[in-house]
Amino acid sequence: MAAATGGVDVLARGFGWRHSGRKRAAVSDIDLRIEAGERVLLLGSSGAGKSTLLHAIAGVLPAESGYRTGELLVGGRPPDPTSGTTGLVLQDPDAQVVLARLGDDVCFGMENTGVDPAVMPARARAALATVGLDLPWDHPTSALSGGQKQRLALAGVLAMAPGLMVLDEPTANIDPAAVPEVCQAVLDAQAASGATLLIVEHRVDIWAEHVDRIIVLGETGLVADGSPAAVLHDPALRGTLAAAGVWLPGAALPQPRTPQPAGAVLLEADGLAVARARRGPVAVSDLSIDLAEGQALALVGHNGAGKSTTALTLGSLLPARAGRVRATDRLLDLGRGAPRHSDPHRWPAADLVARIGTVFQEPEHQFLTTTVADELRLGPRQAGCPQAETEARVAELLERLRLTRLAGAHPHTLSGGEKRRLSVACMMATRPPVLIIDEPTFGQDANTWRELAALSCELLDAGTALLTVSHDAEFLQVIAAERMVFGRGQAVRA
Amino acid sequence: MSDVQTRHTDSEPNPTPAGVPATMRWRVVDIVVASVLAVAIGIVFWAWSNSWETISAPFQALYPPTKGLLTGVWVLGGVLGGLIIRKPGAALYVEVLAAIVSAVPGNYFGLMVIVSGLIQGFGAELIFAALRYRRYTLIATLLAGLGAGLSLAIGENILYNAAWTFEHKALYTVFAGISGMVLAGLVSWFALKAIARTGALGAFASGRSAREV
Amino acid sequence: MNADLLVPVVRETALVRCNPVAKLAAGAVLAVAVVLSIDVVSAAVMLGLVVLMLPLTGLDLAMLVKRLWFLPLAALMAGWGTALLSQKTGTVIVDAGPLLLTSDSLTMGAAVALRALALALPAVMLIATIDPTDLADSLIQHLRLPATFVLAALAAARLVTLFIAEWQTLAQARRARGVAGGNVFARVGGFFQTSFALLVQAIRRGTRLAMAMEGRGFGAQNRTWARISTFHPRDGVLLAGAIIAAAVTIGAAVAAGTWNFIFTIGS
Ligand SMILES: Nc1ncnc2c1ncn2[C@@H]1O[C@H](COP(=O)(O)OP(=O)(O)OP(=O)(O)O)[C@@H](O)[C@H]1O
Ligand SMILES: Nc1ncnc2c1ncn2[C@@H]1O[C@H](COP(=O)(O)OP(=O)(O)OP(=O)(O)O)[C@@H](O)[C@H]1O
Ligand SMILES: [Mg+2]
Ligand SMILES: [Mg+2]
Repeated sequence: MAAATGGVDVLARGFGWRHSGRKRAAVSDIDLRIEAGERVLLLGSSGAGKSTLLHAIAGVLPAESGYRTGELLVGGRPPDPTSGTTGLVLQDPDAQVVLARLGDDVCFGMENTGVDPAVMPARARAALATVGLDLPWDHPTSALSGGQKQRLALAGVLAMAPGLMVLDEPTANIDPAAVPEVCQAVLDAQAASGATLLIVEHRVDIWAEHVDRIIVLGETGLVADGSPAAVLHDPALRGTLAAAGVWLPGAALPQPRTPQPAGAVLLEADGLAVARARRGPVAVSDLSIDLAEGQALALVGHNGAGKSTTALTLGSLLPARAGRVRATDRLLDLGRGAPRHSDPHRWPAADLVARIGTVFQEPEHQFLTTTVADELRLGPRQAGCPQAETEARVAELLERLRLTRLAGAHPHTLSGGEKRRLSVACMMATRPPVLIIDEPTFGQDANTWRELAALSCELLDAGTALLTVSHDAEFLQVIAAERMVFGRGQAVRA
Repeated sequence: MSDVQTRHTDSEPNPTPAGVPATMRWRVVDIVVASVLAVAIGIVFWAWSNSWETISAPFQALYPPTKGLLTGVWVLGGVLGGLIIRKPGAALYVEVLAAIVSAVPGNYFGLMVIVSGLIQGFGAELIFAALRYRRYTLIATLLAGLGAGLSLAIGENILYNAAWTFEHKALYTVFAGISGMVLAGLVSWFALKAIARTGALGAFASGRSAREV
Repeated sequence: MNADLLVPVVRETALVRCNPVAKLAAGAVLAVAVVLSIDVVSAAVMLGLVVLMLPLTGLDLAMLVKRLWFLPLAALMAGWGTALLSQKTGTVIVDAGPLLLTSDSLTMGAAVALRALALALPAVMLIATIDPTDLADSLIQHLRLPATFVLAALAAARLVTLFIAEWQTLAQARRARGVAGGNVFARVGGFFQTSFALLVQAIRRGTRLAMAMEGRGFGAQNRTWARISTFHPRDGVLLAGAIIAAAVTIGAAVAAGTWNFIFTIGS
């Protein structure tokens, strides 16, 4: 149970799971044997059922929430989280903070599995250090950025040193500079305890050379299973893997967009200082930004640098601490309604939605309706788009982002990647002149990623000003974005 | 082992009648969601206690025992908690925790809210227990609301309205019973339907969604 | 729990450092002493003692007044209700048709009003100085309450802060999606929609939080504790102080002849 007890094995025979409320099974016909101590990378397109399978293996799928077929054994028994052998990092970093203080939260898993209290603080501090979360023990867990929350969840499981480590896209929100380090921390922990390691991650190259085995999940059952070399370099499998959205090593990126000369400036800010809370610390100060038609601007930088805070302020969803965000006359003239004030913060919501669209970093936070299709219709309708036009846009986005099958599903029941696509699509459907998107591509497989990149390029070519916050260098390359690098409370144009 | 296998090849994990959980034991998700629900209702209680004086002023001026007509809100936690979680003790737990949460920002019931919470949760719990935690129909819910309303009134009569004469206490009890039935019972019933429709109760026997996409 | 809801502690006094269970015990002793009798003397004595102790709590007193101005108002209303409804004995003071107030009913009303304040104030003082995590540790380790329930309640209590943040996020989302604002009806409707959305979100969050907690072994048997909750001599002093205050309160009422045991009134 404590460190160095070695791994546990996983056995699935004809295993399947259908969520209640769905006609199709999320996973079906899984026949699989994972040996104790094996390091496995699980791949598959967004919505293929990877998270569902991980939850089932960790034993955290409530029996009432769906219909099971076949059998699944972990260490020879039905999965049971209370056995204390499994540590799970969920896909959504926002959902897994348990306690109010950072240090206490890291200790939570160790306490549950009966680790000696004398060694807990040292192990917790070591885990925090290996994931690069350099904050005081008493730091409130409610004041963490997206990437910091992901690091915290990872630290909690690393400190636990469980026999089976299950990680669902553990680096999706972590800044690229820190990814190799975090990755190494996971591998070191695995090496020390001999745990079985099961990871889902769309970016194959991060883990490919470190794992023993790659498993690819298809529509029904597994479509590939073997060593990284055998799976990734087998010419016979290339077609299958491409269809499953696997990022094949060496696959060419789409042609980068040729940037047009920028049009009229739409939104500008000068001497801007941004902060999350009215009385809290300032995240970034002295920002100067202007955003013109057809311009792609990217905010990049390490976790917690203040990118999301800046994005929310520019979207007029947070008040500026100092300085002001100003809409130019050009932006005032565009779209329906006629705001009189140049400060978007003082516009009524209907004027805002027709001009500036903001996509939050946590997709769940912005869903307001009960079906995927309604969610897409909401924006255009509020912005006064005619019915037929709205329906056409909705149908196109559903199709291109592979959500057609889910048009009637509740947005909150989607997979992580599906939620992200939906939240981005909602704002694209509205077609505001200024679009602000926080991490547009996280959690996407190669196919949906390409589609999101293509959609972004089309919008830019049509004159939309696109401001993104992103850790995804390839995406920024394809949309040919100018960069603004955040760090140490400041931001500079690169 | 063979026993385990047969249980786990079962594709219908819920052999009990619709709406009744497979086990009476509390799962982690039961405990956590009951707690979260209690916190949310605690916030409602707090808001209600803050506006209580304003809302109840006309009733107070007219005839104070008619305030009983408003007390149904105070027993919402027990009824809704019991109805959603469907485990022994759920009504009591949710009501007590909600009462405690409502006292945190300060209200004039002080620590006595814990006692009130116990009394009020007990009324709803008693009804669910009498139905052996197996019936969650509209009638059962209304009864739970009634039970909670009556026990609230009895508790209040002893603790706060002690100085009232018997007729006033009796009338207050009647009003509180009606209020519990409507404001806690009926409201919980519709709240459950509305919440279940969003699919948020997928993990509970109370909320298996019928619509499939 | 939340800086915007609670009266902030500005000085770390001995009382603040007391064990949460000791604070609760002291609070319970005071509450019982107040609840047992409805009379002016006991309520007034207790209220006086509590106000005298306020500086020991290290609370921001200006903030206390600002946050809790509604408490005296509420107490007055409760007192007024009692004055109207209790036994109309003693000399008649007001007799205006249906409105009949006597010396006894007015005294009773005053007693109820003072009692409400004497009940509320110690609770506010205690709760504001208790850290929820420390309380949970103490409840499990000393009172042996079931750990799973207490920890789940603690994790859920953390969501209070989150709910408030989420309320703001939802308001942002409604704005970002263009559905915020409008006339009074739209706003009231929006308020209810937001509340309902929040409740649903809370349940979803709870379900996922349960997954996350189970994913880190929550519910396993041999749990250990990173934080050990201990008692200190000052906890004994606090409890002794509360018992003395209770005795003084009841003693004063008995001596004054106003002691009025709750289970013997009205029946
Ligand atoms: N709670 C739920 N209720 C209903 N359907 C669900 C639920 N969770 C997931 N699904 C559906 O099950 C399917 C598989 O979801 P899952 O989250 O396992 O996918 P995934 O492979 O992890 O995808 P991603 O890469 O986007 O995270 C999806 O179609 C999703 O919409
Ligand atoms: N809700 C919040 N309340 C208070 N402080 C917060 C909140 N969210 C983030 N912070 C703090 O504000 C700072 C800026 O956070 P922000 O979310 O803008 O970072 P970010 O650059 O977007 O990081 P990431 O890449 O991890 O998303 C961080 O130091 C973080 O600790
Ligand atoms: Mg997933
Ligand atoms: Mg961010």
